[in-house]
Amino acid sequence: MRFISKYRRHRFAGPLLLLGALLFAGLTYSAAQAVTEQATLSQSDKATLIAEGKEIFARGCSSCHGLNAEGAGVGPSLIGVGAASVDFQVATGRMPVADMSQQIARKEPVYNDQEVAALAAYVASLAPGPAAVTNEELAWERDGNMAQGGELFRNNCAMCHNLAGQGGALTQGKYAPTVMGVEVKHIYEAMITGPQAMPVFSETILTPQEKLSVIKWIKHAETEPQLGGAALGRVGPVTEGLVGWVLGLGLLIGVAVWLTAKAR
Amino acid sequence: MSKELAPLSDPGLPEHIHRKADVDVKAAKKAERQVGILFLFSVLGTLLFVYAYLGIDEDAFIFVPVLGSTNAHQLFLGLGLAMALFFIGMAAVHWAKTLMPDHEVIDYRKEQRSKDEDREDFVSTVKDRANEAGLGRRPFIKRTMLLSLGLVGISPVLLLGDLGPLPGNDQKETNWKSGTRLVTDPGDRPIRPSDLEVGGVAQVQPELPAGKVRHLDDIAKDSVLLIRIRPEEFNLDAERLSWTYEGIIAFSKICSHMGCAVALYEQTTKHLLCPCHQSTFDVTRAAKVIFGPSARPLPQLAITVDSQGYLVAKQPFSEPVGPSFWGRNK
Amino acid sequence: MSARERVAGQVANYVDERTGSAKWLKKTLTKVFPDHWSFMLGEIVLYSFIILLLSGTFLTFWYDPSMREVEYEGSYQPLSGLKMSAAYASSLHISFDVRGGLLMRQIHHWAALIFMAAMVAHLMRVFFTGAFRKPREFNWIIGVGLLTLGIVEGFLGYSLPDDLLSGTGIRIAEAIIQAIPVVGSYLSFFIFGGAFPGEMFIQRIYVVHILLLPGIFLALITVHLMLVWYQKHTQYPGPGRTEKNVVGYPLMPTYMAKAGGFFFIVFGVTAFLGAVASINPIWIYGPYNPGQIGAGSQPDWYMGWLDGLVRMAPPLEAYIFGYTLSLNILIPGLIIPGIIFTGMALYPFIESWITGDKREHHLLDRPRNAPNRTALGAMSITFMLVTLINGGNDLLATHFDLSINQIMWFSRIGVIVLPPLAFVITKRICLSLQRADRELVLHGKETGRLVMLPHGEFIEVHEPLTPEKAYLLTQHEQLPALEANLSNEYGVRNPKAIRSKIRSRLSRSQAEQIAKPTANDVKELEGGHH
Repeated sequence: MRFISKYRRHRFAGPLLLLGALLFAGLTYSAAQAVTEQATLSQSDKATLIAEGKEIFARGCSSCHGLNAEGAGVGPSLIGVGAASVDFQVATGRMPVADMSQQIARKEPVYNDQEVAALAAYVASLAPGPAAVTNEELAWERDGNMAQGGELFRNNCAMCHNLAGQGGALTQGKYAPTVMGVEVKHIYEAMITGPQAMPVFSETILTPQEKLSVIKWIKHAETEPQLGGAALGRVGPVTEGLVGWVLGLGLLIGVAVWLTAKAR
Repeated sequence: MSKELAPLSDPGLPEHIHRKADVDVKAAKKAERQVGILFLFSVLGTLLFVYAYLGIDEDAFIFVPVLGSTNAHQLFLGLGLAMALFFIGMAAVHWAKTLMPDHEVIDYRKEQRSKDEDREDFVSTVKDRANEAGLGRRPFIKRTMLLSLGLVGISPVLLLGDLGPLPGNDQKETNWKSGTRLVTDPGDRPIRPSDLEVGGVAQVQPELPAGKVRHLDDIAKDSVLLIRIRPEEFNLDAERLSWTYEGIIAFSKICSHMGCAVALYEQTTKHLLCPCHQSTFDVTRAAKVIFGPSARPLPQLAITVDSQGYLVAKQPFSEPVGPSFWGRNK
Repeated sequence: MSARERVAGQVANYVDERTGSAKWLKKTLTKVFPDHWSFMLGEIVLYSFIILLLSGTFLTFWYDPSMREVEYEGSYQPLSGLKMSAAYASSLHISFDVRGGLLMRQIHHWAALIFMAAMVAHLMRVFFTGAFRKPREFNWIIGVGLLTLGIVEGFLGYSLPDDLLSGTGIRIAEAIIQAIPVVGSYLSFFIFGGAFPGEMFIQRIYVVHILLLPGIFLALITVHLMLVWYQKHTQYPGPGRTEKNVVGYPLMPTYMAKAGGFFFIVFGVTAFLGAVASINPIWIYGPYNPGQIGAGSQPDWYMGWLDGLVRMAPPLEAYIFGYTLSLNILIPGLIIPGIIFTGMALYPFIESWITGDKREHHLLDRPRNAPNRTALGAMSITFMLVTLINGGNDLLATHFDLSINQIMWFSRIGVIVLPPLAFVITKRICLSLQRADRELVLHGKETGRLVMLPHGEFIEVHEPLTPEKAYLLTQHEQLPALEANLSNEYGVRNPKAIRSKIRSRLSRSQAEQIAKPTANDVKELEGGHH
């Protein structure tokens, strides 16, 4: 729980300080991140990281998001989206985007962890926003409650991501992707940043502990072995009906043909 | 039928072809063996079933290609049962096909229609008996009988009266009253406007008076979705705009089409989609229907904050929530 | 006489002295059944029904039809401690704490899907071969009744576990009930014992699902089979098969062994599916809560077309004197299904009115020889497929990179355009097949062998058909169209002239055929060849 209270304090420090001191907020943020992520990272390392990130950004991102991440034409402004957003979008391969279709899909990431961290640090240095998290600091196994997580998932997530977390259709060809096989930190970051069509689930509406419960449930659903045989895609009655017709009735008709054929 | 239009003649049933097993003793013996082996497969299936029931742990898992890691107890119980049954069937059918008589037999049909004299006989019998009963001669009995038979149906219909209460105003009322706090669902925590970021949503329920338990009937009418967007994005008339609070707008989550929970919110388009029948509502225009079968917007809940800064309902819903019904606008 | 024969004789004597059934039994045991794989479809339905009774009875031993709220304490961890209805908790108990319980649940559900699928396949066989014609109209109507009840029975069974998916289905059913003009709200409150979802619904549909409907099923199936028995089975046309006879195998022993064996095979296949394929994993769906929903919520396939229709309905609502009429629900949810099922039930009468054919038929039609009927069937199937596709539009969208809006518009237009198109195309195909049959009878089969004639021309050798095959291709009747009867012999206008005109118009379309070769045609041609 210690991590969570710290994390929370940090998250709400941001908006409050926004009016007063942008610089101070940035420092608070860096400090918090330094403690939570890489305790050994010194201030000068931080500055190099930001510089490195700025360079990658200029090369790979600025054509859409503008030279100073202020947004340009196709790409939105990234000022204030925070490191969490960058980590989610870039580390899951969604950014940089290959084709500007309705849906920005998950793919092999273009940048490695170091580069993602640099980019995140750079974007975070522009204005405070949700901080990136690491898999290790999310103690979902300890603090999450699976049954509660299922309940929350059905209430907040299943309408888009399907009851079994397999994903589902949105309007005009967009879709909510499957939540199976997604890294824990990316699930968390998606909830706090609301990537693409997904809404934001803020830390008071869905508390950090509740988010860990949701993750625990998702991770269970992901690893649960089949209890009743082949899952048939876990998408419900449509595939079941297909299997009933093709395999069930198909087999039986096959037998019926044999049964009524004349023996020689 | 003229001779020119005569159809081709019927060559009659083809000659019976003997099976191997009919003429060859060896083939018959072989078929007999096959049938027996099929029955034995069934026995194996039953043994597998018994073993799975008694011997395989209910928490044992086994990896099977295609299926993945699957529960061994359930799988082998099922496979055992399937084998036991399937091979009895295969054996019986194989037996019938190879060893039982396969001479096609002809049976003759007769027309369904009865013979004329039987039909006349029937009609006259019915007439005679009806006359003997004297129904035609005693109209008073006929009428009172019909009356009583007609009325006796009232009793069973009335007996069903206690199946349920009358709807009354129940369909039009929810637990949202003026000043009712919005609380998170689940969790029952009151919400401040600052809790919700732009682009954020919250599933909420009305705070219930102490001691009242929330039932499914309540959730079926009370569920509300809170959405926060930038206030300048609203495209609302003055009244509806006054129902929002700093960009926070609240809609009934119960679909105005068939009552599914409409909570599928797209932050980018500001559209709400119902996953059941794909009615799409535009949040910025007071949930106006822009696609799909729903004929009405989702009812909007007027919200504001109370003295302690928590979000509350300004007033009850101004219209009934959920699917349409006959007396909805009365 | 062996000891066994003596015992058998004594038993037979005992029974016959009390029932006088010797003659009837003898007749029964030698009863003839024609053999064809498509005649087994009805048997699959019957056997699935028996499997449903057996597995369903097993499930009732633990199932608790109550909406009482309980806390789950069973062995499925991810739901542990959650509040849920006793119905859902007991369904989980059957799945995880009764050995073989999950298997039986899955067998029950697979059997239900196969039951409905086989019923539809059986219906299609009966329709396309014209087996519903006189004297079998009653049995057709009973069949349509069974299909309707099957849909209801299946839906109620799907609803019993009271999970989030099926609860959503009930929610939608409630909306349809509520949409009925005038009495809708009252009906809904009576059925649910108050406001939706109330606390009574599950126990009420439980009784309907396990007692009332199975009872009606049993009665209707019995009558259905008795009629088959009494009227004797239809048969496919062929040499030696006429309207006056039935050719096949006697009940004892061949048919008995085959039919009995087939029961075990159907049960075996269902058990196999129950073993290897998960169906309706309710533990993933969670308990029903009207404030929750899952993306891709679908009904079972036999309701999918209805859901698809409801999805594609235009957003229409009418207001009459301030009262609300939900056309967007009533038209797809009640009116169109009502028209479809009524039309289906009346079809035998409609067809015989058009053709004017009031005779008994025991020989089946080859579908190509009834082009209009076959085309109508293809049209109905197309309609059902389009609606079914729309019923799963969200899944199709995610799995084939489409958008639900596109599929919805495709379905909205397709449901009007495609069925008539299917009619026209199917009719053309039927007529082409008839033409091919005619060619085959007159000119024989193409062998692919070329020979050179003395003057150098190449011709392909045609092998004449066997008499059996030639008979099969020409045995059908080609009824002439009915003439419109506009006035009687004194020139007085027929009061039913319009009806008569319509009928003659339809009859002409029905009678559109490629003339089949007659004995004379064949003879002439043979004369010419040699």
